[in-house]
Amino acid sequence: MKPKNVILGIVCAVFAVFPLIVHSDYYQHLVIIALMWVVIGSSWNLLAGYTGQVSFGHAMFFGTGAYTAGIFVTKLELSAWWGMMFGGITAMLLALVVGWICFRLRGPYFALATLAGGEILRLIATNWENLTDGMVGILIIQTFRSKLPYYYIALALAASCIFVIYVIMKSKWGYYFLSIREDQDAAESMGINTVFYKNVSLLVSAFFTGMAGAFYMNYMAFIDPEVVFSLHFISIMAILVGIVGGVATIMGPAVGAFVMVGVQELFRSSFFDLAPKYVSKAHALVFGLLVIFVIMFLANGIVGDWAKIKRAVFRLKTEN
Amino acid sequence: MPVLEIKNLVKDFGGLRAVNDVSFHIDEGEILGLIGPNGSGKTTIFNCINNYFPISSGNIFFRGVNITGMKTHKICRLGIGRTFQVVKPLARLTVLDNVTASAFSRANSIKEAKKEAEEIVAFCSLTRERDKLAKSLPIGGRKRLEIARALATRPKLLLLDETAAGLNPSEVDQAIALIEKIRENGISILIVEHIMKVIMSISDRIHAINFGQTIAEGTPEKVANNPAVIEAYLGEEYAQG
Repeated sequence: MKPKNVILGIVCAVFAVFPLIVHSDYYQHLVIIALMWVVIGSSWNLLAGYTGQVSFGHAMFFGTGAYTAGIFVTKLELSAWWGMMFGGITAMLLALVVGWICFRLRGPYFALATLAGGEILRLIATNWENLTDGMVGILIIQTFRSKLPYYYIALALAASCIFVIYVIMKSKWGYYFLSIREDQDAAESMGINTVFYKNVSLLVSAFFTGMAGAFYMNYMAFIDPEVVFSLHFISIMAILVGIVGGVATIMGPAVGAFVMVGVQELFRSSFFDLAPKYVSKAHALVFGLLVIFVIMFLANGIVGDWAKIKRAVFRLKTEN
Repeated sequence: MPVLEIKNLVKDFGGLRAVNDVSFHIDEGEILGLIGPNGSGKTTIFNCINNYFPISSGNIFFRGVNITGMKTHKICRLGIGRTFQVVKPLARLTVLDNVTASAFSRANSIKEAKKEAEEIVAFCSLTRERDKLAKSLPIGGRKRLEIARALATRPKLLLLDETAAGLNPSEVDQAIALIEKIRENGISILIVEHIMKVIMSISDRIHAINFGQTIAEGTPEKVANNPAVIEAYLGEEYAQG
């Protein structure tokens, strides 16, 4: 048995039984949110890390998925769970439009265009009150009292997202995405329809992010434009999850999700109330410092630069 | 039917006419050399052929099909492969993955693509480096990788842009041998080259341009002795001498 597969097996087993062992609502909530970020981060990574198109607007797809689920309740009087299916689909429809506009641009210009896209969607959601109830937001009744069903749904979503991305990257699509990332012009001269494949990557990325948004609607039972279309809390967080965990790795965003949710909670709770209250405001500052640290020393993230981390720890140990 | 026909090609960059009414053809199985001083428009012509730059006017026919304005990846699929003057390796992929990605343009499965890639990697003498990252290759390897990637698309016509530039003499000989091998496999070649040893020895015909215009065409000997060509490269005194 390869050591990697053994570790993976243990991790899967732990996640499978976690909520049955840890009964605390607080910790169950943190893990559920982290699992949701595994999905968003992995989706962002597919487009940015593997295909080289760095999006600063993934909140577009998250919020679209969330509002799809919410509107199923407020306007169609159906269960928000329909949104899980349609959340992914509406996010993909949005992706078709976004791709058509934004893929004419490259690099930092693409990033800025997606950032603008996220903000545009936020403003639409805020102002189109007939559809979204604007700043009032959408409030629904949670389907389940216990967190257990939500946990397993989030787990299934995270697992299937990682699995799909794994399969894609091993296939011809994977080679094509990487070729586009490395050199789009060379890729085009190699017979790769770069416009088509960039959009494919975006569609898959948007689908899972939209599903994550729809899940959020179902789980948290309340959304508003400031939360689900947030540049800082959704789009930037997705980038941090990808970068800190490791861009262009399969498990990087998963690791990054748990690290970032952990760090975020550590600061929001002022180190579980061990530190003075103002520490909870420092979370944005810490995120910034973390990004600087990662870019300077661990450019490939925790997973990508794992060998480097091991060497550094080894050196610390031997010096003592 | 010639494999490539360029008719009255014009390319403007704003007010600058980089290519001015250039016409030539390449017969099947032929190697046509394109020579001219730096800045004469050779690479621009290449970039126009596979629509990397859209052309301003004129027509390009590939095996009888008008490919003017066709998308670059479609032109590649029709059978034109190209290398870039400043090589574009897919830096963070291995040599084998570089060629495999290219082989998918023809192969129907991963297995087939990898097999095709292995063969082409061997053909281009890159087997030893197959698992190395492309960015770790020295210039000679990168140039061969560039050719290997173009060959993986199974072209009928190969556009080689200064594939011998920056190579030492023994690498230049290897490059000439590789190009001959490619021709023996039935691929027509349009080659831009500054190193006279290369272009004179392998070209069947040569087309010379200067300032975006044709100044001579014919066999290597004829073109080498053409006064306009000598003047373009060495200046007026040599042409009159």
